Amino acid sequence: MEKFKTLTSTIVPLPMENVDTDQIIPARFLKATTREGFGDNLFRDWRYDKENKPIASFVLNDPTYSGEILVAGKNFGSGSSREHAAWAVSGYGFKVVVSSFFADIFKNNSLNNGLLPVVVSPEFLAEIFEAVGKDTKMTLTVNLEAQTITNNTTGKSEHFDINPYKKSCLLEGLDDIDYLLKNRDKIEAYEATKNNY
Amino acid sequence: MKTLFEKIWDKHVVTTLNDGTTQLYIDRHYCHEVTSPQAFEGLRKRGLKVFRPQQTVLSPDHNIPTLNQDKTIEDPVSRNQVDTLKKNAADFGLTYYGMGDPRNGIIHVIGPETGLTLPGMTIVCGDSHTSTHGAMGSIAFGIGTSEVEMTLATQCIFQSKPKTMRITVNGRRKPGVTAKDIALYIISKMTTGGATGYFVEYAGEAIRNTTMEERLTICNLSIEMGARGGMIAPDEVTFEYVKGKENAPKGEHWDKALAYWKTLKSDNDAVFDKEVVFDAADIEPMVTYGTNPGMGMGVRDRIPTLDTIDEAGRISFKKALDYMGFEPGESLLGKKIDYVFLGSCTNGRIEDFRAFSNFVKGKKKADNVVVWLVPGSWRVEKQIKAEGLDKILNEAGFELRQPGCSACLAMNDDKVPAGKYAVSTSNRNFEGRQGPGARTILAGPLVAAAAAVTGKITDPRDFI
Repeated sequence: MEKFKTLTSTIVPLPMENVDTDQIIPARFLKATTREGFGDNLFRDWRYDKENKPIASFVLNDPTYSGEILVAGKNFGSGSSREHAAWAVSGYGFKVVVSSFFADIFKNNSLNNGLLPVVVSPEFLAEIFEAVGKDTKMTLTVNLEAQTITNNTTGKSEHFDINPYKKSCLLEGLDDIDYLLKNRDKIEAYEATKNNY
Repeated sequence: MKTLFEKIWDKHVVTTLNDGTTQLYIDRHYCHEVTSPQAFEGLRKRGLKVFRPQQTVLSPDHNIPTLNQDKTIEDPVSRNQVDTLKKNAADFGLTYYGMGDPRNGIIHVIGPETGLTLPGMTIVCGDSHTSTHGAMGSIAFGIGTSEVEMTLATQCIFQSKPKTMRITVNGRRKPGVTAKDIALYIISKMTTGGATGYFVEYAGEAIRNTTMEERLTICNLSIEMGARGGMIAPDEVTFEYVKGKENAPKGEHWDKALAYWKTLKSDNDAVFDKEVVFDAADIEPMVTYGTNPGMGMGVRDRIPTLDTIDEAGRISFKKALDYMGFEPGESLLGKKIDYVFLGSCTNGRIEDFRAFSNFVKGKKKADNVVVWLVPGSWRVEKQIKAEGLDKILNEAGFELRQPGCSACLAMNDDKVPAGKYAVSTSNRNFEGRQGPGARTILAGPLVAAAAAVTGKITDPRDFI
């Protein structure tokens, strides 16, 4: 996994609420047996029409917006457990997703793939959308070590929460399996005490 | 003074990290073909075996066709995914219920019906509807593919302990109200993200008075309000259901297990982080009108008007109604529909087929409707035939298909065409879920049956 420390970037705004995993990556694109290539189909049915032509009004097709930070309305990633959703978002090139809250499984999947979900207050989120409405090149700065996100237009910063274990994994680029494998003796000791019926 | 959730969770803690993250031991792991190939590939890259092969069971369900399963799958990409699952089972020495095996079916249907799912267990699967298994008094939840790999490699995953919520449904439900209606009602009140961060225990008279299969339907939909999972304390209904199943404990082991299972309930003085109470008398047969399962209402109600929606949510609300071709304030009664789907891990069990068959008995399928009746497993299919329900269905103009996830997410050929309306007993009405442009109206088996014979959105109680 790639290490994450800080990032300053322009943003791609998606003010929709309850963006579900089937919009992030529709089921018909889940048939691959590798992790690569899902970014091409991120938001597929919002991004392309039936003839596979780009839909100009969708934000990913609008050249005024770009960047490594996706900012979405509340409850981003609801629905399916498909990790393909996190692979699609990160495969497209995003390193951070900002929302006022995330669905649990999507959040876990993101963290397991070096994609940082940042939860901000509804007010902070509204100010980002307002700022980008006035200046499409506005930037956010995310500092994982300090756990802060800054709206560089307003100068306001907010603290965000992250599980300390996951934070250290991201900072060091380690994943859970490395840790779990080291822990096998504890697993075997646990199994020995367990009642098996 | 522990909740049911805490009792089971605490028994499965291997270690706790300094920050409170739990290394949780997993008793049962289910895999299907869509979310597991990259996990097995990960094991190969790291040169690892499956740590506890006897605790993992594999079954293909998402991609498999519902006709001609004796032939190979036509779509080469789907076929490759199913073949990959079979190969992974063989390479890693895992139990595999392949296509055509009498034990094959939707993983969340076959787990309970074979006794692989038992009270008190921790259960995971790379599938959000793993919450289904909580109905038997277990902690069951969906995980991502990285976590599938962790479970295969170590039988453990890291988890933050979720908060606990009790949803109590008091009183008795009215005639014509199914378990699906109870669930859709709860989700409509909680909203699609309203239980995010929580693990839910369902309680109260209306929950207690359900059959085992109805409980599976209710817990199945827990994820649709964002809950990590849902569970119901095991009782005589559960024990009766489990007893004698091929993978259930037998003899002396049964006695010991039963004694333990009887302790699996929230203590009277247990404290939940959140309590929500509903009255069963308020629940009507439900339909959804939007593009998430929280956008539901009684079949006789009207779609909310814009002024009742908070401002931040209006863009999404309008987009949802545009997609569905509905207007704010509109009633859906009498609305013509094109497809009906009975099946999925939500409503693909024998009781669902009994309810549907009893309703359509002596009636005729509406000419304008395509109806897909897809049993959740081969055992359900066998039971349908044993009870002669297939004959009732045939006489009414319906045909039974072969088991699988089917039109719930349209990874096989069962796709609803763009713009068409489907009354579906499945679990998600997301845009494009049942095929690009498809419009899904979620409902229980009775509303689905009424739609199948009238060709319209109909209150099934008009016929009862």
